[in-house]
Amino acid sequence: MRHYELTFIIDPVLSNEEIQTIRQTYEDQIKKLGGTIVHVDDMGLRQLAYPINKRNSGIYYSIEFKAENGELIAPLELALRRDERIMRFLTVALDKFGVKYNEDKRNGLIKKVQRLKKKAVKAPEVLAEVPEEIIPEVIEEIAEEEE
Amino acid sequence: MATQEDIKFLSNPNIGKLRKKYCRFKKFGIRHIDYKDPDFLAQFLNEQGKILPRRITGNSLKYQRKVADAIKRARHLALLPFVTDLLK
Repeated sequence: MRHYELTFIIDPVLSNEEIQTIRQTYEDQIKKLGGTIVHVDDMGLRQLAYPINKRNSGIYYSIEFKAENGELIAPLELALRRDERIMRFLTVALDKFGVKYNEDKRNGLIKKVQRLKKKAVKAPEVLAEVPEEIIPEVIEEIAEEEE
Repeated sequence: MATQEDIKFLSNPNIGKLRKKYCRFKKFGIRHIDYKDPDFLAQFLNEQGKILPRRITGNSLKYQRKVADAIKRARHLALLPFVTDLLK
């Protein structure tokens, strides 16, 4: 059983129903090609870091699924490439650590840690408590050396 | 003879000792780096959005490569910029 993760960005100018239909189409396509969907993550509307096709924001979806072999990836990506409403996509094969990370994230075991300098950064607390005294020192060291 | 308590220094005698640099992934047992998490990855970039070298971040080679891969994927998905001037 191979685990894959597909993240794609949909054009934001479309209506809600069209977005739901797009998402449904690809979910059905995965199932038809023999995959089982593990999780669908709607990351919502986000600002893009740079304009794509002259748009500055997009709707992100992330689908995690598993399949027997990798044959379903090629037709899936072909369909994504042909669809003009999808701006970007990325398919990633997940190794066992990636699968475990996603599971823990869904179960709420991975928490954000508040750091110095008002930046909220995620630090996985899966195995042990992250001692917060060490992390600010490392950040300060990086900031000093960069300056 | 002055005892240890009598001796006072103007500056900390420990100054100048190099702080031990370590790989934060090995130390805290983090095995997977998520490319969908731009806030976490931003600590490995400088203000222009460039990836910081290993001698600055202290990462081991294995995790520096994983971090670089994650950053490049995030750049492809427009979660991080390729080039900018005001990242931090």
